Amino acid sequence: MPKDGGIGASTKRREDIRFLTGKGRYTDDINLRGQAYAYFLRSEVAHGRINHIDTKTAAAMPGVLTILTGDDFVAMGGNPAGWLIHSRNGDPMKEPKRPVLAHGKVRHVGDAYAVVIAETYQQARDAAACIDADITDLPAVVDMARALSDSTNLVHDEIGTNQCFDWGWIEDNRAAVDAAFATAPHITTLQLINNRLTPNAMEPRASLGDFDPGTGDYKLYTTSQNPHLHRLLIAAFVMGMPENKLTVIAPDVGGGFGSKIYHYGEEAAVLQAAKLLNRPVKWVAERSESFLSDAHGRDHVTKIELATTKDGEFLALRTETMANVGAYLSNFSTATPTFLHGTVMAGPYKTPLIYVNVKTVFTNTAPVDAYRGAGRPEATYSLERVIDKCARELGIDQAEIRRKNLLTPDQFPYQTPVGLVYDTGNYQATLDKLTDIADLAGFEARRATSAKNGKLRGLGLSTWVEACGIAPSNLVGVLGARVGLFDAATVRVNATGNISVMTGAHSHGQGHETVFAQIVADRLGIPAESVDIVHGDTSKIPFGMGSYGSRSLSVAGSAMTKAVDKIIAKGKKIAAHMLEASENDIEFKDGSFSVAGTDKAKTFGEIAFSAYVPHNYPLETLEPGLEETAFYDPANFTYPAGAYACEVELDPDTGHVTIASFACADDFGNVMNPMIVNGQVHGGVGQGIGQALLENTTYDENGQLLTGSFMDYAMPRASDVPYYTVDHSCNTPCTHNPLGAKGCGEAGAIGSPPAVVNAVIDALHRAGHSHVTHIDMPVSPARVWAAMNQA
Amino acid sequence: MYDFTLVKPKNLADAVAAIADGAQALSGGQTLLPTMKQRLADPGTLVSLSGIPELHGVCKGDGGIIIGGATPHAVVAREAAKYYPALAALANQIGDPAVRNRGTIGGSIANNDPSACYPAAALGSGAIIQTNTREIAADDYFRGMFETALHEGEIVTGVKFPVPQKAAYIKFVQPASRFALVGAFVAQFADGVRVAITGASNNGVFRWAEAEAALSANFAPKALMGLTLPADDMISDLHGTAEYRAHLCGVMVKRAVMAA
Amino acid sequence: MTKTTMTVNGKSVSAATEGRTLLSAYLRDGLGLTGTHIGCDTSQCGACVVHVDGLAVKSCSVFAQDIEGADVKTIEGMANADGSLSVLQQAFQDHHGLQCGFCTPGMVMSSAALLAENPNPTEHQVRDYLEGNLCRCTGYHNIVKAVMAASDQAVPAE
Repeated sequence: MPKDGGIGASTKRREDIRFLTGKGRYTDDINLRGQAYAYFLRSEVAHGRINHIDTKTAAAMPGVLTILTGDDFVAMGGNPAGWLIHSRNGDPMKEPKRPVLAHGKVRHVGDAYAVVIAETYQQARDAAACIDADITDLPAVVDMARALSDSTNLVHDEIGTNQCFDWGWIEDNRAAVDAAFATAPHITTLQLINNRLTPNAMEPRASLGDFDPGTGDYKLYTTSQNPHLHRLLIAAFVMGMPENKLTVIAPDVGGGFGSKIYHYGEEAAVLQAAKLLNRPVKWVAERSESFLSDAHGRDHVTKIELATTKDGEFLALRTETMANVGAYLSNFSTATPTFLHGTVMAGPYKTPLIYVNVKTVFTNTAPVDAYRGAGRPEATYSLERVIDKCARELGIDQAEIRRKNLLTPDQFPYQTPVGLVYDTGNYQATLDKLTDIADLAGFEARRATSAKNGKLRGLGLSTWVEACGIAPSNLVGVLGARVGLFDAATVRVNATGNISVMTGAHSHGQGHETVFAQIVADRLGIPAESVDIVHGDTSKIPFGMGSYGSRSLSVAGSAMTKAVDKIIAKGKKIAAHMLEASENDIEFKDGSFSVAGTDKAKTFGEIAFSAYVPHNYPLETLEPGLEETAFYDPANFTYPAGAYACEVELDPDTGHVTIASFACADDFGNVMNPMIVNGQVHGGVGQGIGQALLENTTYDENGQLLTGSFMDYAMPRASDVPYYTVDHSCNTPCTHNPLGAKGCGEAGAIGSPPAVVNAVIDALHRAGHSHVTHIDMPVSPARVWAAMNQA
Repeated sequence: MYDFTLVKPKNLADAVAAIADGAQALSGGQTLLPTMKQRLADPGTLVSLSGIPELHGVCKGDGGIIIGGATPHAVVAREAAKYYPALAALANQIGDPAVRNRGTIGGSIANNDPSACYPAAALGSGAIIQTNTREIAADDYFRGMFETALHEGEIVTGVKFPVPQKAAYIKFVQPASRFALVGAFVAQFADGVRVAITGASNNGVFRWAEAEAALSANFAPKALMGLTLPADDMISDLHGTAEYRAHLCGVMVKRAVMAA
Repeated sequence: MTKTTMTVNGKSVSAATEGRTLLSAYLRDGLGLTGTHIGCDTSQCGACVVHVDGLAVKSCSVFAQDIEGADVKTIEGMANADGSLSVLQQAFQDHHGLQCGFCTPGMVMSSAALLAENPNPTEHQVRDYLEGNLCRCTGYHNIVKAVMAASDQAVPAE
């Protein structure tokens, strides 16, 4: 048993106390003396030419301090794309400028083109209503296929096309894949849509900009998953200032799920306004603004083909995808449909030949970018759905077809045909575990019970692997990343032995303050209570890349581990000096430095105190202080994997689907805090069920958002989900990071949607509706009913 | 939202006087407030009805129960249960618990949202809508989506529900708003059956005459066999086509009959 | 602006209001009680739930002036008198019923209202009662568990 507070213990979260008593400190909870308020005026049309914006009347309204429009930001840089992708023909992707405020044209409903700063929020909003904008309505480009063939109506006129790039992965595989299809005994084809989602972190985005005229320093409090990345983007790319003149603080952040990775124009605008007015300027999104302006997720249209033998052995896989990037390139939008999608198309299977084609498309809709799972849910969904369809066509059991094609433990490390090397895994073990915890053997009996109640019961499986722990800089550099994806930690041992750990990771629900303290305390043999985790403030923390892509533990946690090891090494030097022994003879165990083979020892606290009271240090060979920083850049991605089972009950009269049970057997490598890991899986599965059954960001043909509030965008509620069964006892520790950890944040959202949809199709087939081979997500009652009743 | 002056009269006469001056009534506000936040309403003066004792409460009267116009759904759910369980059960399905503590029957009936639950109960029960000036039969009151027989300045002071022998409301929720995608209220009275459907029609809540006739002859699910509603006037939106709603009407009515 | 007085967490308080000042704004901006959160503008997410005269209400959907004189309780008033977590709050921590913490105040206030009405709710009743409280982090599993545990009822092991 792990000791309480150490690695492997379900230590209760320390951050909970403040959240449970109303003492959390989110961006909107912070108020600075003299602050003014910003209201952004957003386009009501999807596509329009801005002829003139008359702000005279509005500027004279009560309380108005200033009004800025796109003209005021033309000298600034654009919000950049973080990944440069090349098309199959070698051309670089099209990269139109994304200005702070729309200039020349508005390109989606919600595109901000003016900001009013006033004494109060209501005054700013009152004044915005009096801005007279002369905008010529242009035809909206909404549907991806039509956008690609349209050479007249362009989202960005200057690039001459609505296509951002046409990417092949791996282009060299293409001929062999096509040849395999030409001779394949069986081919299963499926057209599907990975539905567009709105992330909807419960805390809407908010930013508070401040400027100190005395020093020329800017400070931005903002809802960010990665304050250093925000600082870099805003300072170096958009506003054009040295990074050391900008501090970015992401205090408590109420969920992110990807949407708060990115820099948005509102952040630069409040900073600029704060400088112009010499007053702090605050903006807090209303939920309806979030729906219009947060980066959305998914939105792929895919044709996937699977070539197999008659026995269901996978021979080759081929996909063609159109991926929506919306009106502008958000920071990671070009990586999501490519290197987070195409590279995992092998799944956990030994398919020898794979080719992926992705065309990304500009449309007059909000930008689309990474949302929990990012690319990997899209790949997993396509793959797990086509496998299910194939199994049905060939009359093979759904577990059996997977088992037959899963990689076996002796095949690791495994080079996939799509560019990754899986270091370790045991996919049979998780499938076996699932068979047990989901009681697959008892399904028929449960189905009979459901049938007695007039309900159709179905079982759906998904076996999946993802690449996360994002990411090895050398690898992503080859793939087009313009940033490194290391992380960093500073471990500062204070004079009385307590510790501050400054990390580049950012917690917005993940419980880092608890888990990271467990890791550091465990390695140092001290109580977790004496370790504090500091995150979210660029003036305090080392340059780390933040939290997304299930990277905090495997990358930032590894940096922390390295820094702790440096502390131990330094402690040994100090102990050797204090104990008058050779450094090589010092052993460190359970918080004590001792001379091997003797009872001479110093506690960790004594070493720490000595480091800051170095009265007799040999200063030429021993520096005072006990503080170390480490950067960690992973050698490879990590590859969490799992097997999920969903059982649904379907009401044949209404088409309504209820999740009867959901079970997950995951391999996350070594687990630091099982309670938190379970919570991450629950949350991911909840979002996956939301995608599968409920959520669907929808624009009409004019680019008007039809799902602009919780009245029309269906979020999963407590009554939409069951208690989940989760297990992570099958673990194959990651082979290349010091914690053996793989990451667990995205897993649930990746593995669950296909399990749900497979279960619905299964229920329909078992009830004789064998003509229904696919229903697009969300599998709403209306869609199920329509599918059941189609001719 | 636009600013306004809030007045909170302590009796109906003062409320009526204030509203006659062009002010708008604020009952529970659970629909009005979100509308005001979007600046879709600019009432100038809001007259809160929450402090008027005569508009609150559930009581048994001649020929039914009377619910004060400013009575929150939660109170109806609790206090109407002994008189009219189906009505109480319906009230208990509106919105969520916090909304039910504020939202009122008068507000719902005056707004006549095409997907609201109360209009189905009122029409399905043959209720009488009481205002500060008159009584209006439910059959004359609901005039289409967000349209009612109310005049400018008229306040719903109460709703009188005849209590049927049997009744039930079955609601199939729109998954986002949790309003009714289709809701069916079925009530069996000594002189016949009433069937009211909400959520489905472009014309708001309506009675299904064929189902009423069939159920009046035989109050059993099988009496509905073969009965369908045309999809022509049904709402078609993100959450369901007109055909689907028409289909659900039949299913929900049948289930209401079984539950009654 | 007028001065609006009410009792909040047992103390008589007052703050300046306009007609349009929502109870949520009164609490957050007027009194600095920022534990009550705003997660939507359509009265649906429930992050702003507080108790008014003992009943759960969405504070974003009530005007402060309309409840002048009311007895209001917010998340800041939920701990025990000695500052320790109440049984319900403690259950949320014990069962990991929160992640980012943003929906948590509303979840706690709604759950407290449920347990006041119904001290032994079934799992189904808990899920049903939390209809008006959205959480994006937990998938609800541990929230439901926390409420069940706070009412001394059986919960799943994991």
